[in-house]
Amino acid sequence: MNGLWPQLEPLLAKVAKPARYIGLEDGAQRPDHAPHKVAWLLAYPDTYEIGLPNQGLQILYEILNERPDAVAERTYAPWVDLEELLRARGLPLFSLDTHRPACDFDVIGFNLSAELTYTNLLNMVDLAGVPVRAADRRPEHPLIAAGGHCTYNPEPVADFLDFVVLGDGEEIVAEITEVIGAWKASGRTDGSREHVLRELAHVSGVYVPSMYECSYDGADLVAVTPRHPDVPDRVEKRTVPDLADFPYPKRQLVPLTEVVHDRLNVEVFRGCTRGCRFCQAGMITRPVRERPAEQVRTMVAEGLRRTGYDEVALTSLSTADYSGIEALVGDIVRSTDDGPPVSVSLPSLRVDAFGVGIATQLQRARRTGLTFAPEAGTWRMRQVINKLIREEDLYSAIDAAYANGWRRVKLYFLTGLPTETDDDTLGIAELARNCVELGKAHTKSPSVTVSVGGFVPKPFTPFQWFGQNTVTELRRKINLLRDDTRRNQGVQLKWHDPKATQIEGLASRGDRRLGPVIEEVWRRGGTFQEWSEKFDLELWVEAMAHHGLDLDWYVHRHRSEQEVLPWDHLSAGLHKDFLWQEWRDALAEVGLPDCRWTPCYDCGACTGYSIEHIVASATPPAGGSQGTGQDLSGRSVPVTLLGRAPEPAGSAVGS
Amino acid sequence: MRLRVRYRKLGKVRFTSHRDLARCWERALRRAELPVASTEGFSPRPKVHFGLALSTGHESLGEYLDVDLREPEALAVDTEALPERLTPLLPPGVDVEAVAVIDRSETSLQEAVTSCTWVIEVPGTSPEALAAAVDTTLSATELPVVRERKGKKVADDLRPGILGLTVVGPTPPDAPEQGAVLEAELATQPRSVRPAELLAAFDPPRTEGRVRRTHQWITSDGATREPLSPGAPSPAPAGACAP
Ligand code: SF4
Repeated sequence: MNGLWPQLEPLLAKVAKPARYIGLEDGAQRPDHAPHKVAWLLAYPDTYEIGLPNQGLQILYEILNERPDAVAERTYAPWVDLEELLRARGLPLFSLDTHRPACDFDVIGFNLSAELTYTNLLNMVDLAGVPVRAADRRPEHPLIAAGGHCTYNPEPVADFLDFVVLGDGEEIVAEITEVIGAWKASGRTDGSREHVLRELAHVSGVYVPSMYECSYDGADLVAVTPRHPDVPDRVEKRTVPDLADFPYPKRQLVPLTEVVHDRLNVEVFRGCTRGCRFCQAGMITRPVRERPAEQVRTMVAEGLRRTGYDEVALTSLSTADYSGIEALVGDIVRSTDDGPPVSVSLPSLRVDAFGVGIATQLQRARRTGLTFAPEAGTWRMRQVINKLIREEDLYSAIDAAYANGWRRVKLYFLTGLPTETDDDTLGIAELARNCVELGKAHTKSPSVTVSVGGFVPKPFTPFQWFGQNTVTELRRKINLLRDDTRRNQGVQLKWHDPKATQIEGLASRGDRRLGPVIEEVWRRGGTFQEWSEKFDLELWVEAMAHHGLDLDWYVHRHRSEQEVLPWDHLSAGLHKDFLWQEWRDALAEVGLPDCRWTPCYDCGACTGYSIEHIVASATPPAGGSQGTGQDLSGRSVPVTLLGRAPEPAGSAVGS
Repeated sequence: MRLRVRYRKLGKVRFTSHRDLARCWERALRRAELPVASTEGFSPRPKVHFGLALSTGHESLGEYLDVDLREPEALAVDTEALPERLTPLLPPGVDVEAVAVIDRSETSLQEAVTSCTWVIEVPGTSPEALAAAVDTTLSATELPVVRERKGKKVADDLRPGILGLTVVGPTPPDAPEQGAVLEAELATQPRSVRPAELLAAFDPPRTEGRVRRTHQWITSDGATREPLSPGAPSPAPAGACAP
């Protein structure tokens, strides 16, 4: 039985890229639903092209379908053309695997990886035929859940979620399935929804927003407290101690149509302790857990054979830091020698000659472009953010890249960082120019693309107290760079829309009072807000005003040490005083070494959960100075918090 | 050594584009570990030559591609076993029906194919009404249309490209929209006549429902054949007639 397929079929002839709605991927499952099985619909609130490669969802899809008491299918946000047709015909959101209505599932679990997808979450819940507000749902409605990095501050979407999962999902899905299975077996009677949520709140790592009360004093949040004595004061994240126990995905989905990251992806480690202070991913996924090299080799070899891909990415937050990366890479390259050419890529390249050396060893087939992320333009700024790349590192990387045949180099930077001065901003242009000069020794017209993003402070980072730069200020900095690089042949400047950065900042550190704002933006048609052609700042500004909320207060204001943060009742393991000390050290331009290779400074991520790093080698990889071994002897320069006071929004922007 | 592959594309997979399916083929050929020849240079590509594009959403009983294999490894390949080996490596609904060694001097599929037979569901009409429209169309001496070519509007005549039209009967009960079924043989040279263009030229204009290509034909020196028959000798094209 194909569920809604007969009704969907004629619609697909009328929409763009219909292949994203048919399923059929290699690796896709057509699970048998049964009354004793909990039916999960795993959802990504963006298009198929963006959502399909999501490894988190793919891992849970397999783990759940392996269980005798669960089935899992997938869904993604239908593009506006299909949504319109579905709504016009009264058809609901559907699963891709068996084209079953979304409301036939027991739980719809969303991966939240980007704040600007929040309105899509509401849209998909609504399209599923489920009331968008959790409070309005009845026993017949599926439970609406979310996991992923954004759920470390789920407060802006708390009104719409029945429960939230913090941290790694591999183990906790089993515990959640058991609780929901009991609810299902009990017949989901009237009033049982409250009961199952209360049970879920007892599962370590599960946060049930409706079980907590927020109290305010004027604009200020005073406390978020549990409504019942059996509900924990603070929800701790879950951490899988050893990745070796979870060699997933075993059957990575191979899409029939092109998606992002369209290649075999093998996760070589999770967590990162480089300690970049702006990086939420690094902070919340500690400690480092390496996958055994033997398992990586097997997953690569089997994955390539099974999928037919000619590209494999070794994924992590900083793959060059994997113990024995050179040997691993050598093995993979040799093992694919007698077959058709396979290219191996590291999505995150370390900024030094060592990183380029590995890339050279790997990229035998296509040497198109190399991407580095120095993140900031001056050494001073990089000390503030604790991304301790020296200029020598960057230049040796660039030199090696051009010497080895690369012709295009892309550099990622952030602007609007704490203490950033115009000298720091212009340092970006200076670095880029020097890179072009270096390239000239190897090629006639070297090209360096500089991509600049506005910095958004994230929860559970040392920068969580920092007031984000205004749109005006970010524009001014981008314009500085534009003017400064205008005459530099070979330097291409690209930047993100500061307006979208502002709303990302709003959702990133907002509280529950943003719920009605997000709902209003959605009701007024503001979906796909992370797509520049669909982003609409006016909708957000008007909704904020309509609900009496101040964008400036939420986004641009510095927080104090005493302030109750909207995510204080959640925990990524990190001690708040560790983060605060890091924030002070950042302002004092003091770096912090990587605890993988130096003594533990008790951030809390291991110590709180009785786990530890799993690294095959206790010495830092060759050739890297970043975060290790460099002289950080207290060259503390007193600096002010901001390079320049935030300008009031709406003041004139230089062209 | 050059292989010609004939396959079907039926069911949900018809919503993949020609380009999507080409990529699925490249992965399937790698998984089958066939000694596919590659282009020279820094980014070698497998030497796979796809036939006429099939529009996204259309089904087909007769799609083709040619693959070059490296020698001497190619000699060890059991071509008869290939359909069964390749089908499981392709998306559900793509079934390989025949594989044969062809002469390297054969004209490429895109140039060689001269016409295609289509079965087209036409919603909102009856077989009788459609038959009347077919008669009018076939008796016209010219069917002027304006086509878009490289962003420019160009006047064209569809009539010479319409080689045969037959009303088959009412749509089957499982059709999403009821109407009549038309079988059409449409030329692919000098330019393809698309089923939608044909229906738009009817009086009154019609739009297509489900569409299935049933055959591709090569006419040369007065003889007509399929690029590769699915096993049995090729039947003559239905309703073939000179324009
Ligand atoms: S607890 Fe210690 S070893 Fe673990 S991540 Fe934190 S500082 Fe590093």
